[in-house]
Amino acid sequence: MSLSRAKIRKRQRMYVIVAILLAVGSAAALMLTAFEDSVVFFFSPTEIAEKSPIDPDQRLRIGGLVVEGSVAKQDDGQTIAFVVTDMAESVPVSYRGILPDLFREGQGVVAEGHMNSDGTFVASEVLAKHDENYMPPEVAESLKKSGYWEEIEAKNAEQMRN
Amino acid sequence: MHRFAKPSVFLKFTAPILPWLSALTVILIAAGLYFSLIGSPVDYQQGHTVRIMYIHVPAAWMGLFCYVGMAICGAMSLIWKHPLADICARATAPVGATFTALCLITGSLWGEPMWGTWWVWDARLTSMLILLFLYLGYMALVNAFDDPERGSKAGSALALVGAVNVPIVKFSVDWWNTLHQPASIVRMDGPAVDPSMQLPLALMILGFTCYYFVVLILRVRLELNERRIRALHLSGMFEDPETPTSAKEQAYEAGHNAGAKQ
Repeated sequence: MSLSRAKIRKRQRMYVIVAILLAVGSAAALMLTAFEDSVVFFFSPTEIAEKSPIDPDQRLRIGGLVVEGSVAKQDDGQTIAFVVTDMAESVPVSYRGILPDLFREGQGVVAEGHMNSDGTFVASEVLAKHDENYMPPEVAESLKKSGYWEEIEAKNAEQMRN
Repeated sequence: MHRFAKPSVFLKFTAPILPWLSALTVILIAAGLYFSLIGSPVDYQQGHTVRIMYIHVPAAWMGLFCYVGMAICGAMSLIWKHPLADICARATAPVGATFTALCLITGSLWGEPMWGTWWVWDARLTSMLILLFLYLGYMALVNAFDDPERGSKAGSALALVGAVNVPIVKFSVDWWNTLHQPASIVRMDGPAVDPSMQLPLALMILGFTCYYFVVLILRVRLELNERRIRALHLSGMFEDPETPTSAKEQAYEAGHNAGAKQ
């Protein structure tokens, strides 16, 4: 009799723990869903387009791939202009400062700054966002030759949209 | 299962395992380090910096693995009041905290040259920092009570509630956009790491995991032996050199299990 009572108590404790875990889990899920805009690290050009016009005083981050051939130095010799895209929408970005080593065309970037009234994003900081693929240079070379590279880039742009 | 979880059985079973497991750990980490630093190619865009991955990823894996282990031990200690589960949870916490800190430090050192920043508050980095705080909170909490059993209860509850953070760490890069790249190894399409880089990664992950079990066994044995000495002191066994060993052990078992019985 006493043994079974101990067993019942153990089972009750197990149910209580499972119930508490479910409650805490759903509370966390609700909270994270509610605050999604603050949990995301950056907005994609598509989201920027949806939110526009954006207040020039609002600081935000924008992320996407640097469009091939869009990087240009402006006449003052210090400002760099490039276009960030997620393959659906594009946003022009201007930036004065040092770019990270991994910054290159076709690669992911995250820029922090504000939206100008003329639709240009003025960045105060540019970070490189690389993808999850790691490979030796020879493999990268053969992937570029076989044409599989475009597929990877398209997937990276897709991920930026989130 | 409960039969095997007796402290005396744990001591008996782990004694022969320990030297083999230690040797395996040394071999795995030595081979892992060779392939990480010398026997693996550079990355096409990161160059030699990619070698940080061979410490960073296994450390992150251990941070999560140890936490899951700690939470399961915490649940077992709450439900079945088993002293060994509680000892395991307490022994795991500092190891997991160290691996989590190692992951954060190597990640920071990797982020600076590659991303251009030591730290950002994105979902992956922030949830990993919360994991470290959960470990530290657990360690502070279990030792904050005069009565160790109350400390265990509070600590186990914290470990269990904090387990909600584990899937958040893992899937943060999929649920929200982050500066951190998506998962490279455990993902739907198979690993995105070239096979030549998977070998050092696998060796280091296995090596770190074996290291954890070596440290876990050592720490649990230490705690059990400390309790045994305390019990012997309390029962006055040290004053009587004529008592045979088996009687001592019986006295220890009786004293030790008294608190665990319902």
